[in-house]
Amino acid sequence: MLGPNGSGKTTLLRVIAGLLLPEAGQVACNGRDTRADRDAWSAAFSYLAHSDGLKPELTAGENLAFEVGLRRRVSQAEVDGALGDLGIAHARNQLVATLSAGQCRRVAFARIMLSGAPLWILDEPYTNLDRDGSVFASAIIGRHLDAGGTALIAAHQPPAIPGHRPRNLELAA
Amino acid sequence: MSRTTTLSAALLVYRRDLLLAQRHWGQVAQPLVFFVMVATLFPLALSPELSELRRIASGVLWVAALLASLLGLELLFRSDHADGTLEQMLLSGQPLSVLALAKGFAHWTACGLPLVLFSPFVAGAIGVPLDSLGTVMVSLALGTGILSAIGAIGSALTLGLRRGSLLLGLLVLPLAMPALIFGARAIDLSIQGDSARGPLLLLAAMLVLAVTLAPPAIAAALRISAE
Amino acid sequence: MSWVWFHKLASPPHAYRIAGRLLPWFAWPAGILLAVGLVGGLALAPADYLQGDAFRIVYVHAPGAWLSMSVYGTMAVAAAIGLIWRIKLAHAVAAAAAPIGASFTVLALATGAIWGKPTWGTWWVWDARLTSELILLFLYAGVMALRGSIDDRDRADRASAVLAIVGVVNLPIIHYSVYWWNTLHQPSTLTRIAKPSMAGDMLWPLLVMLLAFTLFFGAVLLVRLRAEILQRERNAGWLRTELTR
Repeated sequence: MLGPNGSGKTTLLRVIAGLLLPEAGQVACNGRDTRADRDAWSAAFSYLAHSDGLKPELTAGENLAFEVGLRRRVSQAEVDGALGDLGIAHARNQLVATLSAGQCRRVAFARIMLSGAPLWILDEPYTNLDRDGSVFASAIIGRHLDAGGTALIAAHQPPAIPGHRPRNLELAA
Repeated sequence: MSRTTTLSAALLVYRRDLLLAQRHWGQVAQPLVFFVMVATLFPLALSPELSELRRIASGVLWVAALLASLLGLELLFRSDHADGTLEQMLLSGQPLSVLALAKGFAHWTACGLPLVLFSPFVAGAIGVPLDSLGTVMVSLALGTGILSAIGAIGSALTLGLRRGSLLLGLLVLPLAMPALIFGARAIDLSIQGDSARGPLLLLAAMLVLAVTLAPPAIAAALRISAE
Repeated sequence: MSWVWFHKLASPPHAYRIAGRLLPWFAWPAGILLAVGLVGGLALAPADYLQGDAFRIVYVHAPGAWLSMSVYGTMAVAAAIGLIWRIKLAHAVAAAAAPIGASFTVLALATGAIWGKPTWGTWWVWDARLTSELILLFLYAGVMALRGSIDDRDRADRASAVLAIVGVVNLPIIHYSVYWWNTLHQPSTLTRIAKPSMAGDMLWPLLVMLLAFTLFFGAVLLVRLRAEILQRERNAGWLRTELTR
């Protein structure tokens, strides 16, 4: 989903995620109205918002164990693996409040990765990520797509995912 | 990869909130200190005579506990809303009313329970006889529970609003008045030497009603505030 | 029954027009019945055995109190309809009704106090009914304050709807708690605003006033509803054509 600031990308993503109810029309996945069973729809995707959705007073490991744990049973090894894939294995026992913005974004990405949901809804995922972080993120999205997953990404420019070409949706301001 | 059961999710939420309270225990101690301070205002304002204080002790204890609980309700959803973790809980696919109930219970454990445990000291200081201290604790335990449940609705409705704390009091206090009536009456009966079973049972019934009906209302309010 | 009719009613332009057409049917009967009831209650009905002429205030106090509670119920039902079926007009009705109900509550409290002065010498007493009305006023204040504090109209509507429903569920609990509380501490019946047991020629003005107040509420609600619709739809196209008719 491409478009300048203020074109409504975030709003549309929130409507799809069911956080915002539309004035008219409906959100359907595979022909079924998502409002029919909200909880089932929520379980089908993982959402990365503008904010990282992490608790500053908990460590990265604790945050992941909690947020992923709400959805599925996750082991310590999986958490460590995910953090390692994003280059921040050392952050496991560090309070999120002490991490940089880029590191926080990577932890949030780890949450998406661990969720196991077939659909990823990502709102400007590359925010705050440096070059290394962006490379990790793209690789992870690529692996998800290779495994048959779908990613709905809102961005200013089409992301470069190796081996995959996005279908673009342009939103005008 | 197995899906988390609702019960496990509720336990996760409960433990996380207690962990957070533990790391912020200064913030959690504030309602307790407030409770003691409000109770102290009355001897200062009226009289140091225990016999006189005993006559209003039930009211003092309950009003102080109500106001202190209001203070504690602020913390219930505010920080989760601010850092986006509330949104993640909304999207977890778990029934929101169960998660809300877990949060409410954690909040009571961190804010209400210390109040209850400390109440005998405050009660004794304002003239409540030793035999009645048990009734004081039961009455306040049930009452703070009711207030946590009803207050959570108000807290969810006023999320993110400026001057939300003032509004919260306005919304929650009228709904807490029935509990106040029966809770204070229970303490009074006990001080007079009579059985407080009637009011306490009614209070327990109100708690059951609150714990049953409040979570869906809290969930609805959270969804409305998160938009 | 065709649901098309219902959805037509729920559309703002139609509601605006229908409200305008219904208004005289509420306003005129309300005015006439108010006049009849007041004359009947203040002049024609016989004086009370115990309280003399002071009891006459019941002709304003009792309908006011009754309406303060039924308007809250109406507001809660409208709010629930708006919340469950997502009909914006229902929220407009709830928003329009709240201040009217609050005013009836203030009227009941004021007339209660006025009744109290000659009867027991003080302007206020913690009578069960008056205390109950006071708590009802707090509930109204809460709903109106919540609506006023939220800028986004949709969120304001839905939040105050949840609160109104929570309030209506609590109303019976509050009512009975206060009555029970009052019986513990008021052994003397002289301090209670006892409704005098009414003979026929005392009763009919009361029923007339009750009907009059209800019609009055209907009329004011229609006026306020039209104002709410105007405000909510102020940018809509149909409004321009409507006002230049």
